Amino acid sequence: MQNPDDILSIEDLTIHYETDEGSVHALNEVSLAMKRGETLGLVGETGAGKTTLARGILRLVPSPPGVIKQGSVFFEGQDLLSLSESKMRSIRGSRISMIFQDPMTSLNPVMTVGEQIQEVVEAHNRDLRQDEIIRQANAMLEMVGIPAERSHEYPHQFSGGMKQRVIIAIALACNPVLLIADEPTTALDVTIQAQVLDMITALKKRLNTAMLLITHDLGVVAQNCDRVAIMYAGQIIELGNLDDIFKRPTHPYTRGLLGSIPSLTKDVKRLSPIKGLMPDPTDLPPGCKFAPRCRFVTEACERAMPEPTHLSETHQVRCILAEAEVRNG
Amino acid sequence: MGKYIIRRLIMMIPVLLGVTFIVFFIMSLTPGDPAAIILGDQASAEALEMKRIELGLDKPLLVRYATYMGNLFQGDLGLSYRNQIPVASQVWDKFPNTAILAISGILVALIIGIPIGILSAKKQYTVMDNTSMVFSLVGVSMPNFWLGLLLSLLFALKLGWLPSQGMGRGFIGLLRSLVLPALTLGTGAAATVVRMTRSSMLEVIRQDYISTARAKGITEKQITKKHMLKNALIPIVTAVGLQFGLLLGGAMLTETIFSWPGLGRLMVDSITSKDIPMVLGSVIFMAVMFSFVNLLVDILYAFLDPRIKSQYSKKVVRRRRGVVV
Repeated sequence: MQNPDDILSIEDLTIHYETDEGSVHALNEVSLAMKRGETLGLVGETGAGKTTLARGILRLVPSPPGVIKQGSVFFEGQDLLSLSESKMRSIRGSRISMIFQDPMTSLNPVMTVGEQIQEVVEAHNRDLRQDEIIRQANAMLEMVGIPAERSHEYPHQFSGGMKQRVIIAIALACNPVLLIADEPTTALDVTIQAQVLDMITALKKRLNTAMLLITHDLGVVAQNCDRVAIMYAGQIIELGNLDDIFKRPTHPYTRGLLGSIPSLTKDVKRLSPIKGLMPDPTDLPPGCKFAPRCRFVTEACERAMPEPTHLSETHQVRCILAEAEVRNG
Repeated sequence: MGKYIIRRLIMMIPVLLGVTFIVFFIMSLTPGDPAAIILGDQASAEALEMKRIELGLDKPLLVRYATYMGNLFQGDLGLSYRNQIPVASQVWDKFPNTAILAISGILVALIIGIPIGILSAKKQYTVMDNTSMVFSLVGVSMPNFWLGLLLSLLFALKLGWLPSQGMGRGFIGLLRSLVLPALTLGTGAAATVVRMTRSSMLEVIRQDYISTARAKGITEKQITKKHMLKNALIPIVTAVGLQFGLLLGGAMLTETIFSWPGLGRLMVDSITSKDIPMVLGSVIFMAVMFSFVNLLVDILYAFLDPRIKSQYSKKVVRRRRGVVV
C-alpha cells in the first residue's frame, strides 16, 4: 500500500469521541497520502472531522473523550500511532508542526513571543547554547516580518495578524517536513488573510515543507493548493488535484459545494445551496453518509457505503454513481 | 508602577476611616461604663465622674472619634483600660507571634494545596481527583477549633509527642509548639487552596495555547509548569492572599485553643474584659494588615500577568499604539 514517495500516509484512521450521549463517529476509515513539498487542501463543513484528522496525525486528539479506534499514520516510514510518547514528542514541533485556528488565543499570554519561539527551538536542539537559541528564534521572527526587537513583547501587544505570524514562526522554527494548518486565516479579516496565506505559501516553498491546509474556503484552496480532499461526515468523499475537483467535480456533495460559491463573471440568478444538515455523528446512516441530502439518491446508496473509486490516476471519489459509470466504461 | 502603588495606598485611607468609625461606633453602643471597668465596683460616684471626664466620655461621640483619629495618626492608640499599658506597644509585642503562626499556616496550606490541586485538575474525575475533592470539602467545612481540639487530643494528650499549649522557647521548642496550631490553620486554608488551584487549572487546561504548547513537542512537565500554572496563578494568589490576610489579623479560635500569645488571643481577652481601646486598636491593626496584604497581592498580579502591568505603565501603551499592524 505504501508509496515510497509519500512522506505521510494515513490508512483507515478511525477516531471516535466517547461521550455520555453516545459515541461520536468523528473520523471513519480515512485514508490519505501526501508527497514532499505538496499542499493538500482539506475542505469540509464545520463538524466534518477536519480538525480531528489533523490532531489525529499528531496524536493530539483530547483524550478522554477521543479514542483512536483503528488505522495507521505512516510518517517517514514509521507508524506514529505505535510510537512511544517521548518519540512522538520529538516529532511534534520538529518534523510535523501545527498552526491552530485562532491566533488570539493560541499564544501563551504570560510569555514573551521570543520565549515562545525559543521554547520550540530548545526542545528539539538540546545541545544548542542559549545565545544560539535566541539568535535562531530572532531569525524566525524576522523571517515572518516582525522586527527581532519585538521578541521581548507579550502577545497582547500584537495584532491578530501579527500573532498568527508569530505562530507561523513557532511552527516553522525547526524546519518541519509537514505543516498542518488548521484554518489559519479564518479568524483574521480578509486583507490580513491574504497576507498571511501568501506568507505561509512563500515560506513553505522556500523550506520545501508539505502542507495540509484545512479550510472551508474553496477560494483559498484554489489559490494555494496542489490537491484537494473533500470531507463529509468523517470521510473523504472526493480527492483529486485542482482540475479534478474544480473542473470535473463528481460527488454530488462536491458539486453542491461549488454550486454555492457566488461568481463574479457568470450570470446566475440564485445560488444553489445544499439542502439539509450534516447527519448527527452519533447516529450516522449505514450507507452513504450524504444519501439523506443527495438529489440523486437511490436505494443502493442507503444500503452500503461505497468504496473509493479511481476515476483517474489522481482523482478518486466515494459515490455509487461514479462507481457505476466507471464499471460501464 | 510606582504611581499605581501610591494610588493603592491612598485608597487605603477611606477604607481605614470606615473601619475605625464603624468599630468606634459599635464599641460606644456596648453597655457598661468604662470608668467602672477601670476603677472597679467600689469606686465612688465622684471618682467615676472624674474618670469619665479624664477619658473624655462626657464629650459627644464625633468629638471623641476625631480626638481618637488625631491620636491614631500620631501612632497613639491610647492606653489599655486593663493594665494602662499603651495599646500600640501591646499590639506590636504580639504581632511577631501571630506572624510566625500565619506564615507557617500558609506554608502548610501551599505545600498541601497547590500540588494536590494541580494533580486533581490534570486527572479530573479520576479516583484521585474525587478523593481530594471530598477531603477538601471536609477541610473547608470543618471548623478550625474542632480540628484543633482533635489534633491536640491525639498528638498532645494521647501520644504526648507535641506540646498543646503556648509558644516554645528556642528554635526546636518553637518549631515543636508550632506544629499543631500551624496544621490546624493550614489544613483549613489548604482546602480552599486545593479547590482554587483545581478550578483555575481546569480553566487553563482547555485553552488553545496549551494545544500550541503540546504541538511544540515539549514535555508535559514543562507544559504544566510554564504554560498552565503560570496562567492559573492569579486566582490562586488571590485566594492565598485573602487567607494570609485573615491569618495575619490573628486566628482567634486557634490561638485561644493552643494558648498562642498572639493578636487573636489578645483580642479575645480584651473583648471579654471590655477593654475598648485594646479592641479598637487590634481591629484597626487587623484592617491595616488585611489591606496591606491585598495591596501586595495586587502588586503581584502585575508581575504575574504582563497585561495587567501594561495598564499601569504608559511606555508600553504608547508603544502599542505606535505599532498597529
